[in-house]
Amino acid sequence: MVKRKHLLGLQELSKEEINTILDIARPMRDIIMRDIKKVPTLRGKTVATLFYEPSTRTRSSFELAAKFLSADTLSINVSSSSVQKGESLIDTIRTLEAMGVEIIAVRHQQSGVPKFISLNTKMSVINAGDGFHEHPTQALLDLFTIKQKLYKIEGLKVAIIGDIYHSRVARSNIWGLLKLGAEVTVCGPPSLIPVEIEKLGVRVEINLQRTLEWADVVNVLRIQKERQDAGYLTTLDEYRDWYGLTQEKLEKLKGKKLLILHPGPLNRGVEIDDYVADSPNAVVNEQVTNGVAVRMAVLYLLAGGNESGNVD
Amino acid sequence: MLIKNGNVVMVEDGKIRKMDVLIDKGIIVEISPEINRSDVEVIDIEGKFLIPGLIDMHVHFRDPGYTHKEDIHSGSNAALAGGFTGVLMMPNTDPPPDNATVIYYWKEKSKSIPLNILFSGCITKNRAGKELSKFYELKEAGAVAITDDGNWVADGAVFRHAMEYAAALDLLVITHPEEPTIANRGVINEGYWSTVLGLRGIPKAAENIAIYRDIEIAKMTGAKLHVAHLSTAEGVRLVAAAKKLGLKVTAEVTPHHLVLTDEALAGYDTNLKVNPPLREAEEQKALLKGLLEGVIDVIATDHAPHASYEKNVEFNDAPFGIEGLETAFPVLYTELVLKKKITLEKLLLKMTVNPAKILQLPKQGDIKKGNYANLTVIDPKLTLKVSEELLVGKSKNNPFLGRTLTGWPVMTVYQGIVAYQRLLKGVQ
Repeated sequence: MVKRKHLLGLQELSKEEINTILDIARPMRDIIMRDIKKVPTLRGKTVATLFYEPSTRTRSSFELAAKFLSADTLSINVSSSSVQKGESLIDTIRTLEAMGVEIIAVRHQQSGVPKFISLNTKMSVINAGDGFHEHPTQALLDLFTIKQKLYKIEGLKVAIIGDIYHSRVARSNIWGLLKLGAEVTVCGPPSLIPVEIEKLGVRVEINLQRTLEWADVVNVLRIQKERQDAGYLTTLDEYRDWYGLTQEKLEKLKGKKLLILHPGPLNRGVEIDDYVADSPNAVVNEQVTNGVAVRMAVLYLLAGGNESGNVD
Repeated sequence: MLIKNGNVVMVEDGKIRKMDVLIDKGIIVEISPEINRSDVEVIDIEGKFLIPGLIDMHVHFRDPGYTHKEDIHSGSNAALAGGFTGVLMMPNTDPPPDNATVIYYWKEKSKSIPLNILFSGCITKNRAGKELSKFYELKEAGAVAITDDGNWVADGAVFRHAMEYAAALDLLVITHPEEPTIANRGVINEGYWSTVLGLRGIPKAAENIAIYRDIEIAKMTGAKLHVAHLSTAEGVRLVAAAKKLGLKVTAEVTPHHLVLTDEALAGYDTNLKVNPPLREAEEQKALLKGLLEGVIDVIATDHAPHASYEKNVEFNDAPFGIEGLETAFPVLYTELVLKKKITLEKLLLKMTVNPAKILQLPKQGDIKKGNYANLTVIDPKLTLKVSEELLVGKSKNNPFLGRTLTGWPVMTVYQGIVAYQRLLKGVQ
C-alpha cells in the first residue's frame, strides 16, 4: 500500500511500501523497453523539477519518467530564476503551486528542504536529494537493480563505501536495505563516518579489503571533491589506495563475484578504476535505466495510481 | 495594596504559607496570616500562588537594530506576561553597546516601563572578539555585566585582559561557551539525530573546551564568570569543580534544555534550532541533577525572538534562537514541578533569589518585609494551549506552540503596581 502524498525519504516508508514501488517499477521498465515509450497514465498532470544543485542525471531521469507517463513537465533552472534575485524558497513554491503544478521533484543542497516544502504546499513533493539527508529514488533504483541481478535483498551482505558523512545516497540505502532484510556495512575513512551511525543498525569498518571479503554487493559512493574541507581527506592518492575499488583489490578475492553499484557520475581513478567500472559485475548503466522506471513508479503512485501497475 | 489569601512562596525559607501581603509605596510592609484594611486596594488571590517576581538574566530585546523581531516595549510586555519583574538585556544589537551610547538609549527608552531592565555591555568592540570595549564608560553608564553573547571570545589574550578589567571594575562576565572551529558550522547537536537528518553537528566538546578555558582564566584573574546556557554533562562537571575550588563561577540553564532533547528536531522544525543545541536525554539528566545539587544557579530563558519569515526557511538558513519569556514558568511548572522532578520552592530559587544575588540586586528576589513589591500571581490550575494568539511578544517562534501547559502567571506586580493582568478569555 502506498497512500502517501509525498516521498521524502525511505526512513518513513514501510517494507511493504518499498516493495510496492519496486513491484510497480517492473512494468514501468517494460514501457521503457518498448519502441513507443509512452502511456497516457498522467495525462493532464503537471510535474515540475526544481533543482537547486546541478544534476543532469537525476533531473533528466525525473523528466523522462514524467514524459513517458504523458505528464506535462516543467524544469526550473535555478541559476537563472528569481531565486537569484533573492526570492525565498517559500515564495517560489507558492508561485509553482499557483501555476497549477501538482507534483514537484526537489533537489536542494540543504537537508530538510523537501520536508519544509511539504509542510507549506498542496503539491506532492518528491525528494530528489537533500543535503546529506536522503535520496530515496536513488536508493529505490539501487534496490531494484540488486533485486534484478540477485533476485532478492533479504539476507544479502551489502557494503556502502566512501564518503558516508556527506552522502544522502548512503542514508537512503541504509534505511531501504535494512527494511528489506539485508545486512549493511559502511566503510570509509574515519573522518567520513558519521557519529553514532551504528545506531541505525549498520556495521562500521575502516578496512576495505575486509569489507570486500565480507560483502555480496558493494555500493561505491562518489567522492564529492567540492565537500572535502576541514581535513576530511588526507589526499586523493591515499584515498584511492585505501578506499578505491581497484582491479588489484578485486583480484585478491580469488574469483569471488561482487555486484558493484555506483550512483554516478564516476570519478574514474579515484573511488573506482576503469577496469572495475567497465567490468560485467558493475551495473552502472542498468542503474540509470532502472532509475527512470523507479521514478515512473513513484510518480504513478503519488498521482493516485493503484497497485495493479496496469498503466496501459 | 493588600494581596489576600495567597499561597505565599518565601523562597529562601523554603516554605509555602497562606498569607496576606501588605504593600505601601512599592515596598512590602507586612506579611501576616491575616491583615484587614479597608483603606487600601484589596486583591483576593484565593487558591493561587504568590511568588517573587521572576528575574531573567538572559534576554534579547533586539533594540536597536532588529526591532522587527522585538523591541524594548514588546519584549517588556512578553516579560511581564511571563511573570518576570527583572531582565538583563544581552548586547546582540546593531549598534551593540560597546560604549555608553546604546546604554543611554536603553535607559531613556525603558524609563517608563514597569520592569527592572538591566543592561549588559560588550566585551569587545562590535562583539568582534578583537579589541576591548570601553569598560569604564560602560560601568559608569550602568552596565551590570559584560558579554559578547552569541560570540565566544576565541582570542585567549583578549579574554584574559577583559577578565582583568572586569575583576577590577566588579563587572560580571557572561560567556557563551562554544569553540567555533570545533563547532564547525554545526546547526544541531552532533549525535544520532545529526547523522539521521544529515545536518552538521555541534560536538559537545566545542562547549566543554570553551568552558574549561574560561574557568582557567577566571582562576588567573579572579573575575566573576557566569556560564550561560549550559547544555552538557561535562560542562556541569567543570562548573562544579570550579565551585569546589572557590572560584567565582556561576552557571545557568534554559527551560528548553531542561525539557526538550534533540530528538524533537526529527521534523526539521526551525523553532527548535537553538545555540547551544538541544542535546540527548543523558545530557539533560545531568543538567537537571546539576540544577538540583546547586551546581547550576539559575534558570534563564535566552529569550531570542525572530520574525516568522526569518524562521520559515531552509533549516541551515534559519537563525538560532527561540522566544521563551512567556512560557518559561508554565513549561517548568508542567514538566518539572507537577512531575515531581523539582519542588516549586527550589525552582523559584533558580528564577528569583539566585539571579538577584548574582546581579547584586538589593531588596529583590524574595518575598520579605522591606523588599520591593515585585510579585507574581500564579494560577496553578490554569491550563492553556500555547498559540500565536496567546503570545504578546512581537515574535512567535516558540517551541511549545500547540502544547497544553498548566500554571500560568495571571498577574505581575512591579513595585506595588499591577503591571500585567491576564485576561482569562480562552481558558480551557
